[in-house]
Amino acid sequence: MTHRDLTILVIDENAIRASIIEAGLHDAGHSRVSVVHDVHGVGRVIERLQPDVIVIDLENPNRDLLESMFQLSRSVKRPIAMFVDRSDSSMIEAAIDAGVSAYVVDGLRQERVKPILDMAISRFNAFSRMERELADARSELADRKVIDRAKGILMKSRGISEEEAYKLLRTTAMNQNRKIAEIAQSLVLAAGLLEDF
Amino acid sequence: MAATADITLGYMPLFDSAVLIAAVEKGFAGDEGLSVQLVRETSWANIRDRIAVGHFQAAHMLAPMPIASNLGLTPLSLELVAPFALGLGGNAVTVSRDLWARMAADGAGPGADPSSNGASLKRVVESRHRSGEPLLRFAVVHPFSGHNYELRYWLAACGIDPEKSVEIVVVPPPLMADALSTGAIDGFCAGEPWNSVAVAAGAGRIATTKASIWRLSPEKVLGVSARFASENRPTLDALLRALYRSSIWCGDRANHGELAALMSAPSHLGLPREALMPILTGQLTLGDGAADEIPEFFVPHAKAASFPWQSHALWFYSQMVRWGHVQHSPAQAERARNTYRPDIYRQALKPLAAPMPGANMKVEGALTVAAPVGASEKGLVLGPDGFFDGRIFDPDRLDDYLASQN
Repeated sequence: MTHRDLTILVIDENAIRASIIEAGLHDAGHSRVSVVHDVHGVGRVIERLQPDVIVIDLENPNRDLLESMFQLSRSVKRPIAMFVDRSDSSMIEAAIDAGVSAYVVDGLRQERVKPILDMAISRFNAFSRMERELADARSELADRKVIDRAKGILMKSRGISEEEAYKLLRTTAMNQNRKIAEIAQSLVLAAGLLEDF
Repeated sequence: MAATADITLGYMPLFDSAVLIAAVEKGFAGDEGLSVQLVRETSWANIRDRIAVGHFQAAHMLAPMPIASNLGLTPLSLELVAPFALGLGGNAVTVSRDLWARMAADGAGPGADPSSNGASLKRVVESRHRSGEPLLRFAVVHPFSGHNYELRYWLAACGIDPEKSVEIVVVPPPLMADALSTGAIDGFCAGEPWNSVAVAAGAGRIATTKASIWRLSPEKVLGVSARFASENRPTLDALLRALYRSSIWCGDRANHGELAALMSAPSHLGLPREALMPILTGQLTLGDGAADEIPEFFVPHAKAASFPWQSHALWFYSQMVRWGHVQHSPAQAERARNTYRPDIYRQALKPLAAPMPGANMKVEGALTVAAPVGASEKGLVLGPDGFFDGRIFDPDRLDDYLASQN
């Protein structure tokens, strides 16, 4: 199966995510893929490329602008509709859940477009997962730092060992049904306030 | 009898989402036994898509949006109903400082009068044409918006052809001020606070307002998926009662400070409170040292502001026909009219004994002074509702009106 005649335009202000999508399209055998990060002047790009498929992220406030070009502009020759088969609501839902939308030239067959959308959806999902994991890792690191500081404060003020300091934090957290990091945070804050006096 | 239900409402960060936001934040929805989640969106296209897949049951919508959807003019044409209007007015037209300087040299100002400022604009358009300068470019927020239609109405009534003598593009409201200052556009029509934001940034001058082009004219509605409306009427009715009581609260001058503070929160508009007062007071800083007080600039409750007049739906339809967005037929006109559902509104608000107009349509632009109308027990005052050019829209004579538009 050859895809060489499908022209695909990816519009995404997030450059990393856009390149992940682009790579996926290349891997799937699409060579005519263009990426735009800034929507300004996208009308000219569309006019020049005459894309068969446009992929755009849902956080982009310029979706209304893009759709208006299809509706009102005379420069975009071919009518573009969202998704080939309007009845395929499960795919629309998966796309919206993933945060991506697509526009497809009217008349393009579903089996040619579906793999592209499936790929965009899975890569958008993978990207969100990666972002979440990164955020989790960051907060884990921050938690560890604050617990270390709290331990230091306890060791100094109470003259106890590091192990005892940690035990004290853990017991307090368990008694109050809160996270150790939260207890540590309160302790660090309180110590900071007391220092000011 | 209060039903316990979950509704997710989508909205765009514009001031006229106030009735929705206050309904939740001031507890009117809770009083009706509703648990409502508000979700801020980044485009009208997202709102449409999320209604389509059932993430939202109802949303803040540009009044022509559900009409366009029911007429099959938008992607994913869904069946939508508009059983409640979220206020009248609230928009303005702002032009760049350069364009205003040329209009002012040609007689525009000192206020925001649509006739005299429009006449100046026409002379500038003609002089630019003679000297071979590019067409002026105006931006609106969406093709199917009150903004697009009132801008076109104003231009056309001033003798400027919106199709040939200017260019009209779409720009998201928060980007308008930047687009104006970089010269990407020469003017725009958008809801507040974006005109005041552009003026405060020194990017432009308010040339006229929606309320001056057509006083007490329709703007946003509550758009509801037709399926949700038919399958969940008690829930929808409860939501409309909450919105109605919220609209009373929003319209009360005593609450304006609190409302502006509520809307200024980072989770809603994220703008300073002062930027949100002009829409409530109608006291606009026009830019270039000028100011004007626009009567009934934005009306969330009074003058039957929440009633879904089918004559409003038909006026929007008449403009869709006028600008070639839809081919006129009696069946399409009927579809447009029936998008607005005063029957749901009347039924839902019965327990509140809210004053109701006697009819579902009125002749638009016919009232030159405020007029009490024979309605249910409590009185209701309508108008004045004139178009600035003195024209009248009689929904019973739609074909005549369509024929008279050029």
